[in-house]
Amino acid sequence: MTTLILRRILIAIPTLFLVSLMVFALQRALPGDPFLVIAGEERDPEVIARLREIYRMDDPVVVQFFAWLGQVLQGDFGRSLRTGEPVLHLILQKLPVTLQLATASILVAVAIGIPVGILAARYKGSAVDYSASALALSGLSIPNFWFGIMLILLVSVHLKWLPASGYESIFVDPWEAIKRLILPAFVLGNGLAAFLMRHTRSAMLEVLRSDYVRTARAKGLDEDTVVHRHALRNALVPIITLTTLLFGELLAGAVLTEQVFTIPGFGKLIVDAVFNRDYGVVQGVVLCTAIGFIVMNLIADILYIVVNPRLRTG
Amino acid sequence: MKLARIWVSAAALALATLHFGAAKAQTPSTLRIGLQEDPDMLDPHKARTFVGRIVFMGLCDKLLDITAELKPVPRLATGWSFSPDGLTLTMKLRSDARFHDGEPFNAEAAKANLDRARTLPDSLRKSELASVDSVEAPDAATLVLKLKRPDATLISQLTDRAGMMLSPKTLSGDVGAKPVCSGPYKFVERVQNDRIVLEKFKEHWEADKYGFDRVIYRAIPDTTVRLANLRSGELDMLERLAPTDVKSAQGDKALKVLSMPNLGYQGITINTNNGEAANQPMGKDKRVRQAFSLSIDRKVLSQVVFEGLYAPMNQPFNPGNAFVDSAFPVPERDVVKAKALLKEAGQPKVSVELFVTNNPVDTQVGQVVQAMAQEAGIDVQLRSTEFASQLRDQQQGKFQMSRIGWSGRTDPDGNIHPFVTSKGNQNDGKYANPQVDKLLDEARTIYDPAERKKRYDAAQAILQDELPIVYLYNQTVFFALRSNIDGFVINPDGLIRLAGLKRK
Repeated sequence: MTTLILRRILIAIPTLFLVSLMVFALQRALPGDPFLVIAGEERDPEVIARLREIYRMDDPVVVQFFAWLGQVLQGDFGRSLRTGEPVLHLILQKLPVTLQLATASILVAVAIGIPVGILAARYKGSAVDYSASALALSGLSIPNFWFGIMLILLVSVHLKWLPASGYESIFVDPWEAIKRLILPAFVLGNGLAAFLMRHTRSAMLEVLRSDYVRTARAKGLDEDTVVHRHALRNALVPIITLTTLLFGELLAGAVLTEQVFTIPGFGKLIVDAVFNRDYGVVQGVVLCTAIGFIVMNLIADILYIVVNPRLRTG
Repeated sequence: MKLARIWVSAAALALATLHFGAAKAQTPSTLRIGLQEDPDMLDPHKARTFVGRIVFMGLCDKLLDITAELKPVPRLATGWSFSPDGLTLTMKLRSDARFHDGEPFNAEAAKANLDRARTLPDSLRKSELASVDSVEAPDAATLVLKLKRPDATLISQLTDRAGMMLSPKTLSGDVGAKPVCSGPYKFVERVQNDRIVLEKFKEHWEADKYGFDRVIYRAIPDTTVRLANLRSGELDMLERLAPTDVKSAQGDKALKVLSMPNLGYQGITINTNNGEAANQPMGKDKRVRQAFSLSIDRKVLSQVVFEGLYAPMNQPFNPGNAFVDSAFPVPERDVVKAKALLKEAGQPKVSVELFVTNNPVDTQVGQVVQAMAQEAGIDVQLRSTEFASQLRDQQQGKFQMSRIGWSGRTDPDGNIHPFVTSKGNQNDGKYANPQVDKLLDEARTIYDPAERKKRYDAAQAILQDELPIVYLYNQTVFFALRSNIDGFVINPDGLIRLAGLKRK
């Protein structure tokens, strides 16, 4: 296990370097000048020239990249061109928000996706199975921003059950945080649940067809025990991997959902940063997301070994 | 099935609990305002966004303010006068104002601020204060600005960010992270892309006029979502209600809608002289531009895209502005005349590219213009891109026509001089006419409004003929408020003044 972790960390270094280099190059290839945007409506040429100088924009791109890299290695991610705030401060401000939303959404996805997937497999070809398929299909095809707005209109404006938007930390005011999380987590989780449901169903079907399940049934065990104790454990292996990877993706932020529910997470930060050509913020957030994704991949591998003992010596 | 039953009951239980818990207790003394964007730096000398100015209205007092009729009124300065030669502005200052850190406001502090705004390398206020040669503070209550040339726009600059005052002790620090001003509310916290929280400054010289203990500004870019938040009671008021939502908001008894023409304009800038792209009939022949302007029905454009709520315009000054020249009413659409002009120019068929920003509204404006111009024989090709690229290409002259607007300034100079004088910062089409330069340069230095108007009228007579910019419509400012919020005074600058606001 230690070797696996060490090997992964070693591989992560060139990966992160390449990711940074790619993002840096792609950003500079984008048309548009950040200082034209930052200099405001007046666009005073003198101000633009001074800003370019302050941010060393006239240096060659390669020099700029290594200057940035050098700073990052010393823990300095630079400052946002748009608001002047340190990028690291922004990342630390948004990371808990994104983690909170991602965790809640995954919980919703698991809570809906896995049980429905199990039911659909167990009652394959029945009304339950077809309803679950229809549910999954709608979950996958309804766009998040539309579903979000509809939920706000119904639950917040019409019924006035939940607040329409905003964010509160779970550690500051747990009740307020939960109220504000329910709608966005449900919208995001709903789409992922469909995904999980389909995978759970197919994994379960495969396991339910296997010999040891037939043996368990032949021993006279009741169906509940067969499904929950014998089949589910084996079927869970790919599901766990999938869930951790989905969580990794959520760390990159859920732009549309964050926009609709005005949640100040990574998604909104990065989109705003791209539109404003706020180079430092884009670099910092992408690097941070890449690290998050690598960590989630590592966790997936470790969980895989925990659930499937046969892989432990491999 | 047992499992399914457990889930269903758990969900029902959760919803039932929520139903009782969710009726949000409103804090009577907090005002929550929905903004269309997240402001940029909260440093008045470096800030550039419109929404930033809305926040500054609560946070930072300025030397002067402006009324809805665009008249300057006292704030930190109680009186002001120009010397007979127009080269010295003397201001009398309040003696009872304090900064949020307890420091007193006086002429020294004002001088430190104006000097910072004029000299900070990345200050965006430099061009606004370009006419100021030096600032003096002969005594605590007197501020003297020595000018390089008479400047009729200076007073209006001091009613905005250039006239905002920060505590002198904080000037060298990280102002944007924690601005310390002298306004009626002080800075508490900011979460980027989410909220800015201000708290009442009890020692403010006018504290009794401010009814709320806290003000929270929340950035909610989606107009539908912003309105939904107002309807659900999450917000008390919002700025920039979308025209398409005005009718439904007006029909909602829990809300009220206020509106007024804003100070800016929306139009199409034509490349008449900036590089290769200007070498085509639209750029080179004023008759083609006249034909293009005549082919557009501005009323129909407003009806199709903005529910008829935006006023058509053909001048750089907003409808109702004292500087509008009545000799040039908004022209009626005239396709026959447009065709005749094209024929006279020897260009019965013209093909031209129009740059639009890639948002739904701007694209729609482009499409309506395209359809109308087509009937006169002008084939408009739309090129859509995001704003940063549009600005860049426009400045570099890589455009034939560009759909662009201006948020407007209280002084007429700000709406015209930078756009059509040959050295103007915003003259992206590089339009150049020495006569226009002379008239508009002169207008800047004349303090008498009637004399100034003569220069603007004379310049307009030329510009209406040569049409380097085809003005289309004015964006009405729409505010929506919960009906229990009283005392809001709407101003064409679109800013939110917090004095007098209260909840019934």
